[in-house]
Amino acid sequence: MEWRDQGALLSVRKHGETSAIIEVFTAEHGRHAGVVRGGVSRKIAPILQPGAQLDLSWRARLEEHIGSFTVEPVKSRAAILSDRAALAGLNAVCALLCFALPEREAHPTLYARTIAMLDLLGQNEAWPVAYLKWELSLLEDMGFGLDLSRCAVTGEREDLAYVSPKSGRAVSAEGAGDWAERLLPLPPELLGVGTGDAANVVEGLHTTGHFLTRWLAHSLGDKPLPEARARLVDRLKRAVT
Amino acid sequence: MAEAPRDIENLIELMAKLPGLGPRSARRAVLYLIRKRALVLAPLSDAMQVVAATARECLTCGNVGTTDICDICASEKRATGELCVVEDVADLWAMERAGVFKGRYHVLGGTLSALDSVGPEDLGIPRLVQRVVDDAITEVILALNATVDGQTTAHYIAEELEGRCAVTSLAQGVPIGGELDYLDDGTISAALNARKAV
Repeated sequence: MEWRDQGALLSVRKHGETSAIIEVFTAEHGRHAGVVRGGVSRKIAPILQPGAQLDLSWRARLEEHIGSFTVEPVKSRAAILSDRAALAGLNAVCALLCFALPEREAHPTLYARTIAMLDLLGQNEAWPVAYLKWELSLLEDMGFGLDLSRCAVTGEREDLAYVSPKSGRAVSAEGAGDWAERLLPLPPELLGVGTGDAANVVEGLHTTGHFLTRWLAHSLGDKPLPEARARLVDRLKRAVT
Repeated sequence: MAEAPRDIENLIELMAKLPGLGPRSARRAVLYLIRKRALVLAPLSDAMQVVAATARECLTCGNVGTTDICDICASEKRATGELCVVEDVADLWAMERAGVFKGRYHVLGGTLSALDSVGPEDLGIPRLVQRVVDDAITEVILALNATVDGQTTAHYIAEELEGRCAVTSLAQGVPIGGELDYLDDGTISAALNARKAV
């Protein structure tokens, strides 16, 4: 068995004295693990950093084997190592993908959005908004998409201000009425509009976090969300206060 | 072919577990030791027995030595107010070999890792923060690896120490003797970002 693809490195761990086991997220093969022989060597280790874009050749005798990768670097994203918030964003993306994605199942739409997200990290001020939208994409690709197109109560498309924690549907201020306090915030950034205000992004992450926990994590046996996501949210909150 | 006697086979099996040694190289090593019994084998055996009995981690910094408080922590000359944080003892020994750092150390024993469920408590980071306060540390130098995990840990520690002391980290970039053509683009990028006036 063999294939060739490009992908982003999600995680790397040492295997034996000289090799590494990596997990990558590829366009055509989804999340996939494999051994990189000599992966801890001085030549290869700098290439195998989470977030790196790699050209991958995978080989195994049988399809169910873990197999081995031969890797060539395409793009390093190590430039963000000194950017505290962007590094937290990278860790959150990689950790959530490892957490949520089943192995060897292609998610081409999510892959494309993930690469766009990783390319934005640390490049400009707008990346936290892109991250928020990426979390929406993750929920959608995992089958837990939110319907934010119109109010679940009135059917209106205007003045959407809340999200129902139960149904994941948008609710307008008018439709919320006395139930407003029990609903989750719907900042404009979650609708793809807004100025990218940091406080709004944090609010949005509170909402997506609710569904990541109640829906996605619940479907995976109520595993706790990765700590890396909590650290990112905390970092972004500190920037606001 | 006759097998080696049981005791020698046992020694070979144990040697084969050492990093960098497999069964074939362990056999060669054991045969060498047997041939140089008085010169190498006996002194090696004595030294290993002593270290097995006395080696321990320093209660203050995590360095490996033969006393509860290592020589570095015990030396008054090393109380410069500077504290160098490293991932493991091998990094500490590397810094000491360079001979340029004259302060004290703190060994974390690893890095933060969501995959391996290693959190701040597992690395003793709260203990590090307390040590900075107790020992009146003026500067913490983060000598952690230039990896995603290493720098994530460095940023976390820097946040925990904010306002308590100066926090610095080792420079990243072109290694001595390094040729640009052989460097990865992450290193080149980091070196360019950290450029300085000549």
